[in-house]
Amino acid sequence: MNLNMTSIVMRRQLHSYFATPVAYVFILMFLVLSGVFSFYLGHFYEKGQADLNAFFNFHPWLYLFFMPAISMGLWSQERQMGTIELLMTLPIGHSNAVLGKFLAAWLFAGIALMLTFPIWVTVSYLGDPDHGVILAGYIGSWLMAGGFLAIGSCMSVCSKNQIVAFILTVVVCFLFMVSGVSMVLDTFSLAPQWVIDFVAGLSFLTRFDGIARGVLDIRDVVYFIALIGLWLYLTKTFLQRVKAN
Amino acid sequence: MIRVKNLSMKFDDFTAVDDLSFDVAEGEVLGFLGPNGAGKSTTMKIISGFLQATSGEVSVCGLLVDQDPQKVQQIMGYLPEGAPAYSEMTVWAFLDFIAQVRGFSGNDKRKRLQAVVDQVQLKSVLHQVIDTLSKGFVRRVGLAQAIMHDPKVLILDEPTDGLDPNQKYQVRELIKSLSKDKIVIISTHILEEVSAVCSRALIINQGKLLLDDHPEKLEKQSRYHNAICLQLSEGVENSVKSLQGIANIESVEQIEERKYMLFPRSGQMLLPEVVRWLDKQGWQVESLHLEKGRLEDVFRQVTTGELIPQQEAC
Repeated sequence: MNLNMTSIVMRRQLHSYFATPVAYVFILMFLVLSGVFSFYLGHFYEKGQADLNAFFNFHPWLYLFFMPAISMGLWSQERQMGTIELLMTLPIGHSNAVLGKFLAAWLFAGIALMLTFPIWVTVSYLGDPDHGVILAGYIGSWLMAGGFLAIGSCMSVCSKNQIVAFILTVVVCFLFMVSGVSMVLDTFSLAPQWVIDFVAGLSFLTRFDGIARGVLDIRDVVYFIALIGLWLYLTKTFLQRVKAN
Repeated sequence: MIRVKNLSMKFDDFTAVDDLSFDVAEGEVLGFLGPNGAGKSTTMKIISGFLQATSGEVSVCGLLVDQDPQKVQQIMGYLPEGAPAYSEMTVWAFLDFIAQVRGFSGNDKRKRLQAVVDQVQLKSVLHQVIDTLSKGFVRRVGLAQAIMHDPKVLILDEPTDGLDPNQKYQVRELIKSLSKDKIVIISTHILEEVSAVCSRALIINQGKLLLDDHPEKLEKQSRYHNAICLQLSEGVENSVKSLQGIANIESVEQIEERKYMLFPRSGQMLLPEVVRWLDKQGWQVESLHLEKGRLEDVFRQVTTGELIPQQEAC
């Protein structure tokens, strides 16, 4: 691992994100939709509560479509343009490349998330919220975004086509999200309890439920970081496979 | 020193490289020749550490590529086929990224970038997005990227593909000027390029090494080597058959009207005899020149086994 190389790759990737207007349109869409979700579907005003529950609750669903869009190009674009051959023959190392690209995507998501600050300003103006809870919510939401993006990174390496990478990511992320819902768990009803617990434990929704309420449990943090690590490891493994073809 | 030993590469049931072995020493410019799909690019991809060979080994300056790819990549500049580059970046931003990866920073980086930009003449497009550049410029950006750290080993996959004649000339001069005490491997379809820049040529086909020699020596294997191309003035066509009487002539072939190719018996010099003969006969000659031999001819012979048709003008 070489932090300098990771950072060079990360900066180049970020540079690419912002090289076209797409990034700005994307952020704008994200902000508009997150507003629409919290005000119309979450009834932010009507609830009359000084917290951002209504805002955070919709993040998993918002991320289901926004995060795959950020990650879809990470590797498939390199494969499509042939730059993967350049990147992999520069003395960078696979791990640094995988991590650098992921961090760029995660940072991009972080920027988009930070730009939702007006809602925090609003709730602070209207009431007297617990700022610690809000901060925990933001951190948790960003961690979850990392989980989505790590899955996306892996799916992106699997296909030359960005659209395919996008769809694959949505599918896998969806499975991870709903695995805690009772409807899904019912299908496992014949399985032993530990299997059910395991499947339920994988769920983003279950994990995020507490986070949205501002309870940043260390187990949830470990879960998301482990999830990111695992999917990035898979990305690296697939990358070596893909190169050979 | 690059040492390629018993290299083989198989994709499923297709063999791209088949037991290939060769060495390249410092100061050599090796030309890699072969038809499309001969395994040139695959071999270069293996040497650069992008692909892992099915069997065999490649060492670069004593380092095994599949064991220490990063160390090898540090001393190597590689231009992949098609000169891929991040198309959404400007030339400067892209080269800046490469310079960073190559370990340059601050003032050193700026100086080095400037030098490379001058060397491949990219000044006029420095702040243009790569996507908007012509093919020739993209190729030069790729070259700039490969020579950024003044590497000891340069692997260039079709460096002049898509360039106009002037740009080709520049790139060849650049390669020649770079090649002192370096190892350079280039692949190309353009045979004149081999004669122009390479000190050694390898011809491969179906992953196998067919010929390995100095380009001039390869030319000598051509049946055109020391052949004479003769253009006669009008009125003497009918007596051309009598040329067959010259002792060392193997055969006479008509190329076009009044234009003939005289092939010598192998290893014989034809020129003095032909000149004497023409003098004696008093024939008017419009042009006469000695063929050095044709690399294309040798290339065709060894890769397809067929002889080049005679209609081609000399």
